[in-house]
Amino acid sequence: MRPIRILVAKPGLDGHDRGAKVLARAFRDAGMEVIYTGLRQTPEMIAAAAIQEDVDVVAMSILSGAHMHLLPRVVRLLKDEGVYDDILVLGGGVIPKEDIPLLKEAGIQEIFTPGATTAEVIEYIQNNLKRALG
Amino acid sequence: MELAARVLDGDKTACARLISLVENESPGYTDALKALYHRADDTYVIGITGPPGAGKSTLTDKLVKLLADSGERVGVLAIDPTSPFSRGAILGDRIRMAAVSGNPNVFIRSMGSRGHLGGLSKHTANAAVVLSAYGCSYIFVETVGVGQSEIDIAGMADTTVMVLAPGLGDDIQAIKAGVMEIGDAFAINKADKEGAGKTYRETLASLDFKTDWDFKPPVCQTAAETGEGVEKLLENIMAHKTYLYNSGELNAKRARRKAAHMRDIVRDRLTRRIERLIASKADVLENGADPYTLADELIKERFQ
Repeated sequence: MRPIRILVAKPGLDGHDRGAKVLARAFRDAGMEVIYTGLRQTPEMIAAAAIQEDVDVVAMSILSGAHMHLLPRVVRLLKDEGVYDDILVLGGGVIPKEDIPLLKEAGIQEIFTPGATTAEVIEYIQNNLKRALG
Repeated sequence: MELAARVLDGDKTACARLISLVENESPGYTDALKALYHRADDTYVIGITGPPGAGKSTLTDKLVKLLADSGERVGVLAIDPTSPFSRGAILGDRIRMAAVSGNPNVFIRSMGSRGHLGGLSKHTANAAVVLSAYGCSYIFVETVGVGQSEIDIAGMADTTVMVLAPGLGDDIQAIKAGVMEIGDAFAINKADKEGAGKTYRETLASLDFKTDWDFKPPVCQTAAETGEGVEKLLENIMAHKTYLYNSGELNAKRARRKAAHMRDIVRDRLTRRIERLIASKADVLENGADPYTLADELIKERFQ
């Protein structure tokens, strides 16, 4: 069975990537190939990386408050490129409860807020991939 | 349209998919490679190797930017190690490739080594075939951080750049056999750090031991973070490229590469057959004979 490929990205301008790094390490230990892009990625960079790396999952961590702008923009770009139907898009970080339904409506399948465990996130990914691991 | 045809047509999604197909050895991957191989030599492959933390990714980023800005389509294959325990990997080379990761002329693919030793993954050379067919005129292959013996890159790249940094060992390290022998060009990176001048001089001195160079590897100092010296490094790479073209060595090198590629394929397929054979003969291991005798019997039965 091939490994799950997952892009872990930090969109926008906040400089805090400890959460993203902890998750990246947990994904690695769960047998995934984690493409870690680092800080300050534009939606365009994230979409380009997702396509080139042919990932199953895009996981974005954001703490700056710009999630309503940046996360749907990534979904839009993936749809424009015709790859959204193959990629599970997840968000995480400091995101107010009232924004979550709007983000889901915009195509971010799940939002993980502080307190979510790495095991929960991994289980969610394993159960919700859009492409078979064949 | 099938995947291979779409790659030849310059479709980036198809290119990415096909590299996955190859990496995973999914059904049909060999046929796709057969359909693309005629474009394999349309690209120039530059290997970037060196110890962990020497600055390979940052240097690659800067070199790729220079070429992409001049209108070339550039591919990057960046290899990082796979965990032997979980089989997972952190592929982090993109962190230092921010200057080119949104550039439409640049296609970056991170690959886990997936158990392959030698500094590359098993299918790095095949991924390069796909990128060449996709239309990349240059492909950079960044190895895992190497120690002393990971030299696969020399068999795959047209020009191999050895990236060193100060503080990684004394001058005996520079005259040891192995990775230090495969550089066609040397970059002493982190030129702003203490000890860079010493590493630079030791590298130069180590190259002076040999006197019958057809092409003596040029050595330059770089500070990838600021971009200092990167243009000089690209000039040195191009000088090696010119030498390869003018001397006819490029054709000889690529003929050797193709032979090695074929040898890998044959070896891989035979290994699989041998594994199946041994698995089907589990009972012979119990008959008390020594492993040499058992091997003789197995080979006699099947191959002679």
